[in-house]
Amino acid sequence: MSLLEVEDLRISFPTRQGPVEVVRGVTFSLGRERLGIVGESGSGKSQTGRAILGLTPPPGKATAKRLEFDGIDLRDASAARWRSLRGIRLSMVMQDPKFSLNPVMTIGRQLIEAARRTSSRSESKDRAMAMLEAVQIRDPARVFKAYPHELSGGMGQRAMIAMMLITEPDLLIADEPTSALDVTVQIEVLRILDRLVNERGMGLIFISHDLRLVSSFCDRVLVMYAGQVVEEVKASELKQAQHPYTQGLYNCLPRIEGGQRPLPVLQREAGWAV
Amino acid sequence: MAMIEVSDLHVVFGTSVHAVRGVSFEVAEGESYGIVGESGSGKSTVLRAICGLAPTSSGAVRYDGAALKSPRQADFYRRVQMVFQDPYASLHPRHTIDRVLSEPLAIHGFTDRERRIEQALEDVGLGKGFRFRYPHQLSGGQRQRVAIARALILEPRVLLLDEPTSALDASIQAEVLNLLDRIRTERGLTYILVSHDLAVVAHMCERLLVMQHGKAVEELTRARLQAREATQPYTRDLLLASEGYRPLQDA
Repeated sequence: MSLLEVEDLRISFPTRQGPVEVVRGVTFSLGRERLGIVGESGSGKSQTGRAILGLTPPPGKATAKRLEFDGIDLRDASAARWRSLRGIRLSMVMQDPKFSLNPVMTIGRQLIEAARRTSSRSESKDRAMAMLEAVQIRDPARVFKAYPHELSGGMGQRAMIAMMLITEPDLLIADEPTSALDVTVQIEVLRILDRLVNERGMGLIFISHDLRLVSSFCDRVLVMYAGQVVEEVKASELKQAQHPYTQGLYNCLPRIEGGQRPLPVLQREAGWAV
Repeated sequence: MAMIEVSDLHVVFGTSVHAVRGVSFEVAEGESYGIVGESGSGKSTVLRAICGLAPTSSGAVRYDGAALKSPRQADFYRRVQMVFQDPYASLHPRHTIDRVLSEPLAIHGFTDRERRIEQALEDVGLGKGFRFRYPHQLSGGQRQRVAIARALILEPRVLLLDEPTSALDASIQAEVLNLLDRIRTERGLTYILVSHDLAVVAHMCERLLVMQHGKAVEELTRARLQAREATQPYTRDLLLASEGYRPLQDA
């Protein structure tokens, strides 16, 4: 059974020239798997992720024919219903730990605050420590007492992931979770996410601009362009992608092995955005 | 003879932050040299030390055989120009492109500014239409082209490129890299390019230096990098990580 069903998702923002649709009819379903959403800046990938959590920033409006999480209709969910889902069954990891952790609270207190949603006070501390270990922080006791500015980017992002996963959500939306990290740290963070999908059967939506990374990490990839999904491919078959945009995006990356010089440049066609 | 020679460079900020610890390399005229490393490796600081934006604690930087004084002479900046990482931050938000481009010309006492500005915009593929626009009216890729035009307008011999494409989308990155590649071939420029992306450096540079924790880890030619002939474990880690994710069981 699928965990999430999205049909004809549309997000529009009012402007002086009238409403502008930034996401135009996105449809997909997600099981307990790793789904990648790839696109360039402005393609609507992040807005798609936020809309699933009901976090479309006002004055934007998200509408859909169907937006169901585990059989629950999210379209007209009440505030109370959102409270019972967000941070408990649905979670989100953002790009930069510098902006998403509370700078004046220790990591431990933030983790306990998250854990208290589902467990008692006495249990929470143990769970927070266990979670820090689960995201492979070497010295959990130190990190527990640390403030966000005392941690490196990679540590901060692990602490973020720990906080988002402490309630054992069914679905995690990760919006560029590793883009602010160094490549070697990036791989370690992905390894943690990978294990959680395999061991806990979590569903993961991985939003990224990095086609190569997504194709090596996810099971399935949605390629977005100008607010629409132009192609859905199996990650392993990305090289055989049909849409010229996907091909262009893949071919314009420089390669260590060397390739074409000059690099092939993506020629955009007006027809893609219709 | 080496165009740029850096020998045993140390950069210390304040009293305790030792950002660069004894880095040496030489870049020949017309060569493209890359510096790769992760954040905090000191790669950008090396570049900034070359053009006098970071304090040199010990060691020397030579340009065309002559040791450089601090502060640098105007003539040095006429020959060595820099392109910064973030095109959103490196252009003055309230100066038109025309003003951005005419300032270096005025400083260095160039004549026929009119023609040079039009030519510089033409060279980076923007055209005259962009001349009286403000930076906020341009996309990230167009801004980076302006930054390149600003560097090229003085007809320098060396370009220092600090992550010139890491703020750009992949398709725009390809366009800017092609532009830089073409300009170098046309004018015989010398490049020093700093990037965290091994693939970008492998594409753009004939030789590269891998840095970690302020030290040079190893120097490689492009051919040896492509043949995966890295001798240092850190370089190998970096190579492996740039290939993308692989599950643990077959790693």
